[in-house]
Amino acid sequence: MKGMTLIVKTITDFVAGFIVIFGAYIVLYGHLTPGGGFAGGVIVACAFILLMLAHGSDVAFSKLPEKVAHVMDSAGALAFLGIGWFGMTMGFFFMNSFGRGEMFKLFSSGMILPLNIAVAFKVGSSLFLVFSALAIFRRRSFRAMIEDELA
Amino acid sequence: MNLVPLFVAVPLAAAFIIPLLGIWWKKSGEVLAPVCTAILAIMAIVQTGAPASVHHMGGWAPPVGIAMVSDGLSTLLLIAINIVAFVSIIFSLKYMRVYTGLTKYYALFMLMVAGMNGVVLSGDLFNIYVFLEIASIASYALVAFGVDAEELEAGFKYLILGSVASVMLLFAIGTVYAVTGSLNMADVAREISVRFGTTMNPALLLAGAMFLMGFGLKAALVPFHAWLPDAHPSAPAPISAMLSGVVIKSLGIYAICRVFFHVFGVASGAGGSIIFANAMIAFAVLSIVLGGLLAIGQWDYKRLLAYSSIGQVGYIMLGIGVGARVLATGGQLSVAALAILGGLFHLINHAAFKSLLFLSSGAVQHATGTRDMKQLGGLRESMPITSWTINLGTLSIAGVPPFSGFWSKLIIIIATIKAGHYAIAAVAMAFAFVTLAYYVKVQREVVFGSVTKLVEKAREVPALMYVPLIILAIVCVGFGLLYPVFGARILEPARDALMNGTEYIQLVLG
Repeated sequence: MKGMTLIVKTITDFVAGFIVIFGAYIVLYGHLTPGGGFAGGVIVACAFILLMLAHGSDVAFSKLPEKVAHVMDSAGALAFLGIGWFGMTMGFFFMNSFGRGEMFKLFSSGMILPLNIAVAFKVGSSLFLVFSALAIFRRRSFRAMIEDELA
Repeated sequence: MNLVPLFVAVPLAAAFIIPLLGIWWKKSGEVLAPVCTAILAIMAIVQTGAPASVHHMGGWAPPVGIAMVSDGLSTLLLIAINIVAFVSIIFSLKYMRVYTGLTKYYALFMLMVAGMNGVVLSGDLFNIYVFLEIASIASYALVAFGVDAEELEAGFKYLILGSVASVMLLFAIGTVYAVTGSLNMADVAREISVRFGTTMNPALLLAGAMFLMGFGLKAALVPFHAWLPDAHPSAPAPISAMLSGVVIKSLGIYAICRVFFHVFGVASGAGGSIIFANAMIAFAVLSIVLGGLLAIGQWDYKRLLAYSSIGQVGYIMLGIGVGARVLATGGQLSVAALAILGGLFHLINHAAFKSLLFLSSGAVQHATGTRDMKQLGGLRESMPITSWTINLGTLSIAGVPPFSGFWSKLIIIIATIKAGHYAIAAVAMAFAFVTLAYYVKVQREVVFGSVTKLVEKAREVPALMYVPLIILAIVCVGFGLLYPVFGARILEPARDALMNGTEYIQLVLG
């Protein structure tokens, strides 16, 4: 059987969805409560990494295909930069051009919320891709790689 | 509208668009990267005429907000970085075809350019650190891009030593922040001059030593040079050209100049400035001597060029260091101006001829399949254009009049004599001849001499590879002959910006 034991798999299936929701909460409320794009993105990525650890990389990639992760990786960074460029229309790079909104409301703080979302996509997908890159080398020991090199 | 942030934003956008489009369109890098670097090169040339300016990020004024400062020194580096980047990208189009994963290559390349442009434009110590890390991490990956054992080892060595340097820099920045309570360079400089004057603060002395070590490692000054002779030859030729041509200068020399002249106030004789100036001169002389001596014995073409980079960076640092010492001891301003001008002139000259030589080594390797000089020889008939550009590059760097290297070394040596350092001037002059000696060896073993078995089959490289060589060769000759045309436009503003620390504070803080 691929992956870890049935107990781990069952628990992972239960909690993975909640971890994603919690991560999304950290991202969306980053400008009101402690947290933000980076922390939330890492938490969301952790849900997929947990799936990869428990079920193996095939299941994780069926939930979040590698290509989609690559697209989110670049698109997140581009969105961040795009918001910065938008500030140029107001005269300065990264000028807060969205209006401040009402205090303690979800849609407030101008461009901080969209920036947090962009960072979350970038960080979350990057972390997932880094982990999946490490997983490729997991089964091949260093000795086997050296022996291949010599052969 | 102030376009200074675009020097960072344009390559950064390209660095993310290229891999995004690259998922569906394999040629995204080969189309977007040349366009983007061409735009940057044109922007850099346009920037030369512009007066010094400050851009407040997000509309927040310094010292609270982050500022991007473009003065004469930044402009000089911007020109070097963006033109060498453009030429290297054009060279990459054909040269890099033998590698796989090209979208990643172009993305990392643009990320490196973004990092370097950020370093030279940042007005903030911590942002210098961040951009320096962006450029360094991209270059670690690019050095190991071939993923052979040798390249991975070189990349890993560069990664470890570079990380040590980064830790030093972070520690130094932390110390400066603890002492002055600010990270904006102009604000730190004002704070240091107001609170300490000409007395020496031991914490700042420690921070200065850390800065000199960290940036010195990025610049490959001699006690910290160990990574360079592995990293520069192992990288693909366009990356070697970028690393030797501009990375060691923008991350190393430029940062040393900015931090010591403008933040620590060496130019205005602040406390400890004589110690810093002496250390710069000592590292410079060590680099000239060891770089020169180690280059003579090399038979790997690119490794010889790498050791030569260490020696030539020594010359740049000597000019800057002598200028700093004259200013710190309250000597004649004209002597300091001459020394700094010599150093900066050698900086752009070296950017031109060293990137030319590394690109031509790539052309030779592309055509013959080797960079071992024992197996090369007699390329002048089979590869006439490459041979001519190699000849022009070696004559320029060896300091043969009337090429550019001669004038910059002459200015540095005259300034060193005028400052009264006769022994150092004698060493610098002697090692100018050592430079000539090992470049004569390059000419004899590569361009002239008998035709070897490998060279018989060699043919001239395609136009996309020799046109960049011709462009850089013209720049080398132009820098030698046309000082009146470009000197007042790019070199003298850089010199004046470096010599006048208080002007920088006024520019940023208003």
